[in-house]
Amino acid sequence: MSVATSYEFLDKVIHATPDGEEIRKCLQCGTCSGVCPYGFAMEYPPRSLIAALRADDFHGVLESDTIWLCVSCFACASVCPVKIPLTRGLLATLKTEMLVGGSIPQELQTALGNSRRYGNSLGESPRKRADWTKDFTVPVPVLAAHKKPVDVLWFVGDYGSYHPRVQQVTRALAKLLFVLDVKFGILGAEENSDGDTQAFTGEWGLFELLARKNTQAMLKYQFAEILTADPHAFNALKHEYPRLGLDRPVKHYAQFLTEHFERLRPLLQNRGPQRVTYHDPCYLGRANDNNLYEEPRQLLRAIPGLDLVEMSHNRALSICCGGGGGGMWLDGFSWEKAHARTTEWRVKEALAAGAQVLAVACPYETPRFEDAVKSTGNEGKLKVKDIVELLVEAVFG
Amino acid sequence: MDIVVLCKFVPDLVEDLEIDASTHLLDRNFLRLMPNELDDHALEEALLLKERHGGTVTVVTVDAGDVDEALYTAAAKGADRVVKIVGEGLDQGLSSQRLAALFAQAAGEWPHDLILTGTQAVDDLDGFAGALVAARLGMPYVGYVTKVASENGAVVARKEYPGGLNADIEIVGQAVLGIQSAEKPPRYVVTSKVMAAMKSVTIEEFEAGDAQADLELPITGMAVPQSAAHAEMIVGSVTEVAEKLAKLLRERGLVA
Ligand code: SF4
Ligand code: SF4
Repeated sequence: MSVATSYEFLDKVIHATPDGEEIRKCLQCGTCSGVCPYGFAMEYPPRSLIAALRADDFHGVLESDTIWLCVSCFACASVCPVKIPLTRGLLATLKTEMLVGGSIPQELQTALGNSRRYGNSLGESPRKRADWTKDFTVPVPVLAAHKKPVDVLWFVGDYGSYHPRVQQVTRALAKLLFVLDVKFGILGAEENSDGDTQAFTGEWGLFELLARKNTQAMLKYQFAEILTADPHAFNALKHEYPRLGLDRPVKHYAQFLTEHFERLRPLLQNRGPQRVTYHDPCYLGRANDNNLYEEPRQLLRAIPGLDLVEMSHNRALSICCGGGGGGMWLDGFSWEKAHARTTEWRVKEALAAGAQVLAVACPYETPRFEDAVKSTGNEGKLKVKDIVELLVEAVFG
Repeated sequence: MDIVVLCKFVPDLVEDLEIDASTHLLDRNFLRLMPNELDDHALEEALLLKERHGGTVTVVTVDAGDVDEALYTAAAKGADRVVKIVGEGLDQGLSSQRLAALFAQAAGEWPHDLILTGTQAVDDLDGFAGALVAARLGMPYVGYVTKVASENGAVVARKEYPGGLNADIEIVGQAVLGIQSAEKPPRYVVTSKVMAAMKSVTIEEFEAGDAQADLELPITGMAVPQSAAHAEMIVGSVTEVAEKLAKLLRERGLVA
């Protein structure tokens, strides 16, 4: 049942995270709302939300649907002077209340329904999850058939498995693993969505369902560590799956490849593009203090001839691509409410920094930024490449 | 108002369909089943009626595919009773005739002022099932319904006709309604509520018995439709494209 009062809701918020109690210390300074990329269009950005709860106006909060603009980017949580866990606590909990109350945009409902039925938000056939490996030069063992222990279990993720553009990134990473002689395997049809983004839309029950399936599938096999190209999967596998019994180290490729840096660097023989800028994904950086800011940059700088330039918002101040927290599945809604796309701001920042290439490290980002390059009329002026694609070009030419 | 909602599982088109050459039927080894989308709309309309006017909603389905989960989901959304028709071979694909025979037999067991079902399904594009249930039960049938209202004790169903026409049809007594779309998109129910329903709700079982189809036509062949003509891409500058498009529309008599 939907909670009735502000106090009952606050109680849920407080219990959602270990530091939940901190919300009582809110200074009403407004830093959170100020840094929020969609704060300008939200009826209740974090500061106002807390004020409304203090005034016992939870009813008013539930009347508004602009919480669905929240892309769970952790910008507010990372700047809050009293370290209130806003994104994982306050905002995700409010989304749960919205879901329970049935206030959910149709496009989000479709993605959540797909995740529940098919184990992927795109609504693709679960059987076809490993189809990207067909007619591909690099052998990619599927663990159910492989029957041998591997060093690395590669969690490919929904977009990496199914989205045509992101499949190119997936294949690039497979090539790198191959040249580095990594013994790896994938779950194939046994893999489900990591559930991280579903969780940040407030659908924690769905997250648990997906996470349990993945954990059970993974623990059937022998492997030493988990690798993923998806910061959202990385975040969930690292911070949420352990309570479901997953007990292996989890690495985003940015970490994994820097650990193999001494073997990778001599392979980078071909000159890369001259001026490249890098977009820090929220879930590698700010989220849960993952703080993976330097590893991606180290990889990029290792490409011969590559000059890394910075956008005005970088590292912990990076602006979300708009795909987190369900934003990936709410583009229509967000446009209708805010008439703004954060990806377009980023494309303009990248061009202002003089970049020819916008390098990314998250599967949401390649398609989102490529769309923004087109929608801002900058086609041909800026390329969008995942870091692993740039590395593969440097290895193979 | 007491409502029975009839739901069935249909082939999920997310998987490639294969035809079994020996039976001329879909190869069921590779089939994935999903709840019929329009039955979901029928359930939504039933729940909206219950919320407005009280009464009960009973969901009846045939045991094929992941029915238990679908029934728990229906219960989590607000259905009062959930029933599955059990028996041999029900998951092997049923003709609309046989399905209607089973549904008619079962539906009568639960209180029903109205019986709602999806007006069509991917395996019943002609929309026979609902009408056949009505015929068996001797009730009137209204298909392609987009809204059901209850005013002063009378039920009014809005039926959609081709060409943007609608009719409000007043119903006297019990009836079967084929729902084309609910007034609102079917609601989402959070997974935790479905899980809770799994623990607290009992699925009632109804033995299929010997209800047979009145008429069972043998299927002599089945084939994947071949695409005959492909779309024509109009290329050129904006002005050229606009001119070609205008010419085409005029030629086809779509604009004067
Ligand atoms: S930044 Fe923190 S302290 Fe300041 S208004 Fe936001 S939640 Fe309150
Ligand atoms: S998580 Fe990001 S989008 Fe959501 S309220 Fe905080 S700053 Fe805004």
